[in-house]
Formats: sequence, C-alpha cells, structure tokens
Amino acid sequence: MILSNSPALAPLSLLLAAIVIPMVAFRRRWLAFPIALCASAFATGISVVNLVRVLSEGVIHYHFGGWIPPIGIEYVLDPLSAFVTLVVNAVSLLVLVHAHRSVAAELPDRSMPYYAVVMLMLTGFNGIILTGDFFNLYVFLEISSLALYGMIAVGNKKSPVAAFRYLIMGTVGGSFYLLGVGFVYMTTGSLNMADIAKIAPTLYHQPALVAALGLMVVGLGIKMAIFPLHGWLPDAYTYAPSASSALIAPVGAKVGVYAIIRVIFYVFGVDFVRHSLPLTDILAWLGAIAIVYGSVLAIAQKEMKRMLAYSSVAQIGYIGLGIGLANPYGIIGAVLHVMNHALMKACLFLVAGNFRLKLGHSTIPRLDHRVRKRMPWTTAAFTVGALSMVGVPPTVGFFSKWYLALGTIQNGRWLFLAALLVSSLLNAVYFFRVLEKVYMKPLEGDVPDDGDTALAEAPGSMLIPTLVLGIALLLLGLFNAVIVTGIITRIVPPGM
Amino acid sequence: MLDFFIGHYAYWFVFILMAIGLYGMTVKCNLVKKLIGMTIFQVSIILFFVASANKWGATVPVLDHSAGSIDPTKYINPLPHTLMLTAIVVGVATLGVALALVITIYNRYQTLDETRLLEHMRKDDDSE
Amino acid sequence: MGINTMTLSTVPLLAVLVSLLAVPLILFCSRRPNLREFWTIGAGVVKFGLVLSLLPGALAGKSVGIALLELAPGIRLALKADPFGVFFAMIASGLWIFTSFYSIGYMRGLGEHKQARYFSAFAVCLSATIGIAFSANLLTFILFYEILTIATYPLVIHKETPKAIRAGRKYLAYTLTAGLFLIAAAAVTWQITGSLDFAAGGIFKGHPLAPSTARILFFLFLGGVGVKASIMPLHSWLPTAMAAPTPVSALLHAVAVVKSGVFGVIRVVGFVFGPALMKEFGLGRILMVFAGFTIITASLLALKQDNLKRRLAYSTVGHLSYIVLGAGMLTSAALTGAMLHIAFHATMKITMFFVAGAIYVNLHKENISQLNGIGRVMPWSMGAFTVAAIGLSGLPPVNGFISKWYLGMGSMQADTLIPLFILVASGLLNAAYFFPIVHRAFFRRPAGDELAGHKEASPFMVVPLCLTATLSLAFGIYPDLFFRFFRLAAGVAGAILGGA
Repeated sequence: MILSNSPALAPLSLLLAAIVIPMVAFRRRWLAFPIALCASAFATGISVVNLVRVLSEGVIHYHFGGWIPPIGIEYVLDPLSAFVTLVVNAVSLLVLVHAHRSVAAELPDRSMPYYAVVMLMLTGFNGIILTGDFFNLYVFLEISSLALYGMIAVGNKKSPVAAFRYLIMGTVGGSFYLLGVGFVYMTTGSLNMADIAKIAPTLYHQPALVAALGLMVVGLGIKMAIFPLHGWLPDAYTYAPSASSALIAPVGAKVGVYAIIRVIFYVFGVDFVRHSLPLTDILAWLGAIAIVYGSVLAIAQKEMKRMLAYSSVAQIGYIGLGIGLANPYGIIGAVLHVMNHALMKACLFLVAGNFRLKLGHSTIPRLDHRVRKRMPWTTAAFTVGALSMVGVPPTVGFFSKWYLALGTIQNGRWLFLAALLVSSLLNAVYFFRVLEKVYMKPLEGDVPDDGDTALAEAPGSMLIPTLVLGIALLLLGLFNAVIVTGIITRIVPPGM
Repeated sequence: MLDFFIGHYAYWFVFILMAIGLYGMTVKCNLVKKLIGMTIFQVSIILFFVASANKWGATVPVLDHSAGSIDPTKYINPLPHTLMLTAIVVGVATLGVALALVITIYNRYQTLDETRLLEHMRKDDDSE
Repeated sequence: MGINTMTLSTVPLLAVLVSLLAVPLILFCSRRPNLREFWTIGAGVVKFGLVLSLLPGALAGKSVGIALLELAPGIRLALKADPFGVFFAMIASGLWIFTSFYSIGYMRGLGEHKQARYFSAFAVCLSATIGIAFSANLLTFILFYEILTIATYPLVIHKETPKAIRAGRKYLAYTLTAGLFLIAAAAVTWQITGSLDFAAGGIFKGHPLAPSTARILFFLFLGGVGVKASIMPLHSWLPTAMAAPTPVSALLHAVAVVKSGVFGVIRVVGFVFGPALMKEFGLGRILMVFAGFTIITASLLALKQDNLKRRLAYSTVGHLSYIVLGAGMLTSAALTGAMLHIAFHATMKITMFFVAGAIYVNLHKENISQLNGIGRVMPWSMGAFTVAAIGLSGLPPVNGFISKWYLGMGSMQADTLIPLFILVASGLLNAAYFFPIVHRAFFRRPAGDELAGHKEASPFMVVPLCLTATLSLAFGIYPDLFFRFFRLAAGVAGAILGGA
C-alpha cells in the first residue's frame, strides 16, 4: 500500500505532522522536534523510493480519490519532480537536525508552534513540486508562503517588517499566478497540466493564453526572486532566525524555479514560448544581470547572512540563465544548480548559524583567527562551501558552471559566458575576505587567545549536518556525472 | 468598439479594482493601507474568476429536473466558484497573518509608516 | 604503439595520491616535528620512485594510465603517463625531495610558525602538480590546475604580513582569472570537437576551424596557461609572490607552478592545437612575439632589481619564455630544447633560490648590495650559485648551455634568425645580472666586521643546493645521465611533429 500511494505520502506525512504537533506537544514541548524530525525523515525516505520508482517505471500519475483527470487532481512523478523533492526533503532534513539547538537558543518559548509551521512549509513545497494541477499548485504555494511569513517573522526586532514586505510581494506574486491560471482556464477549459500541454499548441495566437503565460511567469518569478523581483529576499534571509534562514534559503526559491520550468517547458512548451513572448530571452538577460548584481552587492555586505542572501540572488540568476538559454546544457546546468545551490547554501547558512550560536554574531569584520582555532571543523566546512561557490573543481559548484558555460556557448552567447565567469571572481572576493579573517592572525597587536572557554566548536547536532553537507559538496561533485546521466538528462524536455 | 467595452464591463470593473489595489500596495506608506490595497487586489481576482463563470441567460448551478433535459448551457459554471472559495480562505488567512505582523510591528516600533520604519531599521542595523 | 594509445596501470594514480595520503599524517603529527617531516620525505621518495618506474615505458614511447570516474557526460577523470608527462613528473617529484630537506633547514633556522600547514600544503601542491603532469584530458588538467592554485595560496601568504597577504590576493586574482579562461577555452573546444583528450598532433584533426575562431580560442588558452607561465603581460604576480618563504619560491615558483604553466603551453601547442593548425593560422608566430618580448624585457628588468629574490624572479620570467619561444618555433630541435629547458632551468634556478634562502637564514640579508664578501663566509653556497649562473647564461659545461644550444638550432631549423639573436642577447643579459653578484661575493670586501664569526649555512640547506648544482653540471656534461632527459625530450618532440 505504501508503494502504490508513495507519491502522495510525502506531503501527507508532513501535513499530518503539522497537525499532530500542536495537539500532542501542547503540554510536552519537547515532543515537537522528534515528531518533526520523524516526519521529515519519512518524507526523505519516500522521496528516495519515488525517485527509484520513476527511474525504473517511468512517469507515474497518481489520481487523488480515484478521480480521473482532467476532472480530478493528480500528482505526477517524473524525473524532474522526483529529483527536486528529494533535494528539498534531504536538505531540509539535514537543516532540521541542525535547527534543534538553534531554535532552542533563539526561540526557546515558541519552539512547538515553530516546528508545526516548518512542517507546513515543507508540506507546501512538496505539494508544489508533485502536483499536476495548476490550481492545486496555487493552494500549496500559498500554504508554503504563509508558513514562510511566519517563520521569518519570529526573528529579531526587525523581522516582522521583513516578513511584512515579503507578505505583500508574495501575495502579489501569488495573485498574478492565480490570474494567469484564470486565463488558462478560460481559454483551455482545463486546469490539469498534462491536459493543457496537449491543448496549448493549437492555441498559439490566443492573446489570453499568452497573457496567462506572462502572468504566471511573473508571479512565480516573484517567488523565485529573479532580478528585479528579488527585493524581499535580502531582508527576509537576514532578519529571520538562523534556523529559518537555513531552512528557507536553500530550497525556498527553488520551488519557484521548479514551477517556472514546468510552466515554460512542460506545459506551454518551448515553441509556444518563443513564438509568443521573448520570455526565455528576457529570463536569460535577467539571470545574467542578477548574477553580476548579486555578486557585486554581496561584496559590499558586512554581515554574513546578508552577504549570503545577495549571493543567493546571484545564484538564482545562474538558474534563470540556464532556463533562459532553453537548450539541453542550459537545462542540465539549471537543474543541477538547483541541487548544488541547495547544498552549498545550506552548508553556508549552517555555518552562519554555528557562528551565531557560539560567537553571538555573524558579522564579518568581527571575525578573527580565534574562530578557526576554536571552531576548526565549522571553518573547514565554510572553506569547502566557499570553494564550491567560487567554482573550484572538484566541488559541485564547478560543474554547474561547466554545464552552464557549455549552454551559453551552444547558443553563442558570449556575453553570458563572460558574466558567468566574472561572477566566479566576484564570489572569490567576498568569500576569501572571510577566509582571510579567520585563517590569519591580525596584523596590529595580536589579539591574545585568552583561553575563553565559552568559545568552543559547535555542538554535535549542529556540527554533523554542517560536515555532512561539506562532504557532500565534494562527493557529489566528483560523482556528478552519475546524477547528470542518470537523472537529469531525462529531465531535458522532449523536442530539444 | 463600444460593444467591446459594454460586452466586457465586468472585466473592466475587475481591472480597475486591480489597479486600485496595486496602487494602494505600492504607493501608500501606511502598512494598514497597504493591506487594504492587497485585499482589494485579491478580491478583484476573485471577482474576475466569478465573472468568468457567468453565462448569458443561465441560472444557479443547482440541478432543476423540472426544467426538462439537463443542458449545461443553462447553468453557470460552478468550478470557478469552488476554486474561489479556496482563494477566499487563502485571502483571509493571509490577512490574518498580515494583521498579526502589523500589531507586532506597532508594538515594537510605535509607528506604521513604512519610511519611518525603514529608517528605524537602518539605525538598528548600524548600531548592531 | 604510438603515443596516443594506453595500457592500464594504477601507478600514475598512486603517484598522485601518495602525497595526498601524507597530508592527514602530517597534520596529526604537527606537534612532533621529526615524525612530521619524515612523512613528507617518505611521501617524496615513494612518489619519485613511482614516477621513476614509469621511465622505461616512457622511453619506449608507451603510455600507461587509468580512466577513473566520469566527471561530466563523455569526459572522464583520466590519468595518462605519456612520455611528456613522465618527463615533467620526474623533475617535480625529484626536486621535491631536495626542497623538503631544504625546507627543514630553512623553517627551523628561522623558527617559522605554522609548519604543519606549510608541509601539508606542499604535499597537496605536489599531488596537484603530478596530477597536471599525468592529465589525459583538458578537464582533468583544469581540475588539478585549480587545485594547485588553491593549494599554493596558503604557502604564498605563509608569513601573514600585509605584504604577503597582498601578494596572495594578487596571485589568486591572476590565477583564478586564468583558470576561468581555461574553462572557457575547454568548453569551446568540447563544443567544436566533442573531445578533450590530449593527442600528440592535436585534437582538431578533422574539425576545420575558421581563422577567427582559431585565433580567439588560442588567445583564450594562452590567457589560461600564460598566467602561470608568466608570459608578459601576465607575469606580474611572480615577482610579488616572492613575499613567500624561499623554499616556496624555489619549488613552486621555479619548478612546480610556473613549470605547470609552460607544461600547459606545450600541451596546448602540441597536444591540443597541433603543429599543423599552429602553422596554418600563424599561431606559432604570435607565441614567439610574446615570448621574445618577455625574454628581453624581463632580462632588462632583472638588471634593475636590488632584492636578490626579485632579480631571480624576473630571471625566471625570462627563462620561462625561452620554453615558450621554443614551443612557438615548432621544429624538432626547438621543441627538444624547450623541454630540456624545463628540466635544466629547474635545477639551476632551484639552486639559486636555495642559495638566496640560505643567505637570508644565515645572515638575514636580502639585497644584492649587502652581499659583499659573503663568498668567503659561505663558499659552498656561492660556489653552487656560480655554477648556476654560468648555466643560466648559457655557457658550457653547465646544462643551461645544452638546452640553449638546441633552442638556437631550432631557430635555424625554422629559417628565422630573430629567436637566435634574442637568445644570444638574453644570455649576455643573464651574465650581466648574475656575474656581478658572484663578483661581489668573492672579490669585494664586506663593510666592517659584520660577517666575522659567521659560517656556512646549515647542512640541511647547503647539501641540497650543492647537489642540485652538481646535477646541473652533470647534466651539462652528459644530458642523458640517469634519466635520459634528452632521449625523452627528443622522443616527445618527434611524436608531436609526427602527429602520431
């Protein structure tokens, strides 16, 4: 029974956990985390099962309640959705392990509702990725968004304002998307993605359908935080509690990316998109601008989380560029980068969380060599993460850039290639700045290592996920060809 | 030409509402006014869906056997209505979260003016 | 069996991994210096032994290697010990043993900090260098090239002074940018030919190129390898990197890093583009122009330097372009001479850097103007320096004469005399900036008694430098001594030009 219902089990188990946690852990707060962890682990396991099923059986359609689409709602497991759910769930699991201490330190009295909201967020993400119905996607999009607003708002004094701005922008995005769905329904009469994919080619010139495409992409673009719709991201990532940043940053924008890939390549189809609006071109340009803009602004930041936030804007630009190129290498690069960036950013935000817990801050000018002495493993993980962001082989970051570079060359877009490569250098600037600070003794007046015993390595439950991610960056880089040929090449949409 | 406007009057109305909502969200500085704009925007989209469900000369989508054969063109489309029930709930939930945020912000900063809030936040950033 | 076929063997892989495996051992023994240094020396000896075992096969023109996991669809992480790779690997691994002994003397003599980091970074660098030598395709080459860049950074900034940190930043800026050019060039090559494997005679056979594409691609490659090869104007990181401790300068900036650069140049010229393509688009001439300019300008700049290490740095820049010049001439004698110069310049330059370091540790002097009369106090060191100076000026009986002779012959083979003139002029300039140092050391009196009571430097430093000087002399008399450098180089040149 588990196997036949496996597509639905991931979001369902997480939703169940979200409901159970307040009921059970109301009196006994300590129960909240174990329930959340179990649900997340279960969801990760199911995602693995799903991926194996898809790779062996092909695309799987799961009809809810036995209702056949296009009347009923279905979940669709194909290599793309299985892969992205696995990435989302696995990374979230690791971050959740880390979050236990972090939440206990930063949100001691609100840990129970916090975990419930995290479960809701994961439910939303899983639902977005797995669903095959446009309106169902909207529902899950809003579920996850509401959860996100809550998770961000419980940080320090400034976080409600950041959450409010995100709320306004996010609602605009969701509403645009909903409007697009309305147009699609009006012209095609269906809300099922596969169904619309069949109908849309016959309706190339219907202005309503073209408008729908534009609206959906803009709406999802706000969620994806592609330049210039990224305004909510820096504040939200910075002021949120460490655990929230670590949970949101690696995967939050990725579901928006996933949805855009679905809409453009699977539902409407590249031909329709190229025919009607120069959307892919615009996306590629915006991606390239985001890459440079994000990297440059990251250099100017003093606080590590803010620097990582702007860096994320740049990394999302990579993915946007890959999508915009709309050729096989571009898509491979974009999807691989979904995984790579999730791993890298998770590792880096976990490091920032470790710093916050042990040092009380993560401001870069205030770091010094005592950090390396007292927290050697965390610093080592940061180094691997930094090397990966710069794109030094054999870490994963190099390979996303390799495929994206091949994609730009295939289309003859030399300017994009230059933007891609220059960003590596810009990344090197702001990451090596941090490395210099922690690896070297200060020049004027050596700060004495006063044997401050409070400054020690982060506790095991925080350190192990950080290290696991760091090692993953190396291993998955070396073995990336396995993932690319096994999974990602199957994701390239037909007809490319 | 006029026909075009009159025939689609519902959609024009919805459009104007959307514009008002967007205006409120972006231009107004007070947080509550932004929320009002947001609500208007969301409602306009709901109205859009509902308007799209309508058919000339059709009645409510409750089966009436006494009317003879069951002709789909005699009943308005119920699907958008059901979708919008969900959307209304989403709107309400969002509004609830937003109002909770507004209360928290007011408690912390004693102002709901966006420009003043941003100033406070910059000051807090620099002093941190 | 031509140079492009390969038998399976794990020896190249082991040679790369040996020093990597030493790294955790070095780090764990950081508190017990003798044990820690034992791992370094042990790894060096094993590595050299492994590389040496590949020599007989290389002399016969055979290649061995192993293809490991796939790095990207269609491109594997593959190691191939072809004769050229074995040639370079022997130099790097052999000289590492000398440098390790020397480092012990140097670091302990100065009481330097963070020695564990130093020795482990060195081990990683050597791993990467052997990896570069044995790379079978461009992607593997890029992988090890970038690892070398990152691994050398801690060594450049070792002293952690503001000067060192600035030097490190400049080094990274130059080398990382170069890496990006290389990635772009490799991506374009993959796009055009569908293969990144090094092949003697070029990858582009059967894939006609438009002239503009060929030239742009060549410049991309040149930007990529040219930074490490210190071709002007990409050279300025090298003098600045002299802020590193002398053993670092000695091995890395006279042997491993810069030689990886010129190794890359010859790989690009002979194994990616191929002589036919180079001649078709006049790329060889472009290379010769850059090289010639670098040789003369670097030699002139060397004359102006008072800091000994900086003078040696500019000298290195000039000599590296001897190799590039030879590569550009594309004749058998020129290529042979270029490859021989990789080996011979290494032994001579490393001697000189060793001497510079010995002077610094022993007498704390860095500038040439302070070196009056030190020959009396440090006769062995300055004797070795003199031998190296003779060789670098291209005079017999030291090995520098042999490589220069072949480069000159190559110039005549190519029917152009300008390279010959440049080589002769450079030889004179070399003499002009080296012999005054010798003269000062032996024939001038020191000011006051400052040298009284000083003796020769520690044997840990003096023995290696005397050995390298002796090797330079020995190779000058009999270039095929022990390692058959000459036969190897000639063999590789033949393979490239023959397009096996």
